[in-house]
Amino acid sequence: MTEMAPVSAKSDPKGKAPRPAPALSVQELSYSYGEKRALDRVGFDVLPGRFTGLLGPNGAGKTTLFALITRLLTPAGGRIEIAGRDLAGAGSAALAPLGIVFQQPTLDLDLTVRQNLAYFASLHGLAGAARERAIARELERMEMSARADEKVRVLNGGHRRRVEIARGLLHDPGVLILDEPTVGLDVASRAGLVAHVHALAREQNLAVLWATHLIDEIDGGDDIVVLHKGRVVERGKAREVVKRAGAGSLAQAFDGLTNESGEEAR
Amino acid sequence: MSGTAYAYALRGVVWREALRFLQQRERFLAALVRPLVWLFLFAAGFRAALGLSIIPPYETYITYDVYIAPGLVAMIQLFNGMQSSLSMVYDREMGSMRVLLTSPLPRWYLLLSRLTGGVFVSILQVYTFLAVAFLFGVDLPLWGVVTVFPALVLSGLMLGALGMLLSSTVKQLENFAGVMNFVIFPMFFASSALFPLWKIKESSVALYHVCAWNPFTHAVELIRFALYGEVNWGSLAIVAAAFMGFLVAAIWAYDPAKGLQPRGARG
Repeated sequence: MTEMAPVSAKSDPKGKAPRPAPALSVQELSYSYGEKRALDRVGFDVLPGRFTGLLGPNGAGKTTLFALITRLLTPAGGRIEIAGRDLAGAGSAALAPLGIVFQQPTLDLDLTVRQNLAYFASLHGLAGAARERAIARELERMEMSARADEKVRVLNGGHRRRVEIARGLLHDPGVLILDEPTVGLDVASRAGLVAHVHALAREQNLAVLWATHLIDEIDGGDDIVVLHKGRVVERGKAREVVKRAGAGSLAQAFDGLTNESGEEAR
Repeated sequence: MSGTAYAYALRGVVWREALRFLQQRERFLAALVRPLVWLFLFAAGFRAALGLSIIPPYETYITYDVYIAPGLVAMIQLFNGMQSSLSMVYDREMGSMRVLLTSPLPRWYLLLSRLTGGVFVSILQVYTFLAVAFLFGVDLPLWGVVTVFPALVLSGLMLGALGMLLSSTVKQLENFAGVMNFVIFPMFFASSALFPLWKIKESSVALYHVCAWNPFTHAVELIRFALYGEVNWGSLAIVAAAFMGFLVAAIWAYDPAKGLQPRGARG
């Protein structure tokens, strides 16, 4: 993967070409469930062509962050920009360049793969030949063409996830966000999916935000944002984070960050 | 998003609702059997017991099965409205509601599209019921199937919006059965679906007033008049006003984060 500046940097300090404009920008984002602070001034960027891992233990605020990015929740403070458009100002229209894969399966089990995709396409203004082309393209990309006319109910967990990713890419988004997409998958399916989405980011210049607590899903060259107790405790390129933490691996660095910062947050 | 994008989205949502309904054969059968049981068992039993005077829109004496047919049409729409809202609660819990609500169209439009999908399904059920009723000799005007269509759209929207409002207030799927019992049965029985209002007034004035204020009564009367090519303007105004009221309240009350908090707090 190509080398690039840490996510927090505004331009390359060595005078190389400036980094591209972020496809997704989260700035000073806060949210509370009643008295409980779920997110506290969270900020990071996701760049085109980059796989950004959003790492955090359970309860870190990852799903809340996804709900805010997708407008299912309204932030108490801060700003979200998708492809340069402010989500608060532009409203639902700002979601157009966003592909979403939720943690919870959201396919209609009684419809076929093709029918599920056709329904989603219609919600994004695709119809007729354009819709059929997009469905064929994404099913082929996810190696699911042969299962197109089967009901989702008969597919295994890994194949359902592939269909959800195909659905998320159907309208050719610039940003793909996935909330713990490998939950419930076996080892082989998990590895296949991780590799596939890395390739998508690289080859399609797609900005990917991948939330997980499974460290082995992150490559050394990926950007990461470490979220703990609603705060960003570290961000940058994975191998640089490991170096800064003086750890032997990302898993060790992650453990150190989430334990120490957990004490600080208290 | 362009105007065509709005049209595609509406078509897609209606198509999905119709597809789901047609694939759930038990639901289709139940939706059909319920009014037919009323028509052929209840109406047959009460045919001799109930005498009906000539009231608008009827121009002559009618049999009881003819009288209750519009009420049963409205009952199909009432049940469908509640069923549709139940499936909204289900979709919310299963997550598929999020797919709808995270598409790049205004939330009010997406909810209205979903409502329209439910109305389309209810009209499919109504026409199947009317076909069976005709087949078994219930004496309804044949052209009434055309003139009743706009009334079916409006009453379906009103009852669907009521269901949507209820689904906005229900936190979990398990709570929905109670709502069904407290809404469907009182609405249906305290209306002109089974007995004309003058007959209810004879037994209880208070109940008469309850029935007269019940928007379901006006959905029944709107359908009854429309089946005979007439417009009951008073009922039309009340059904239209109730639709707008329920719709605005449902959109205002709809919280996409409902059911999300436990997961959000965990994530």
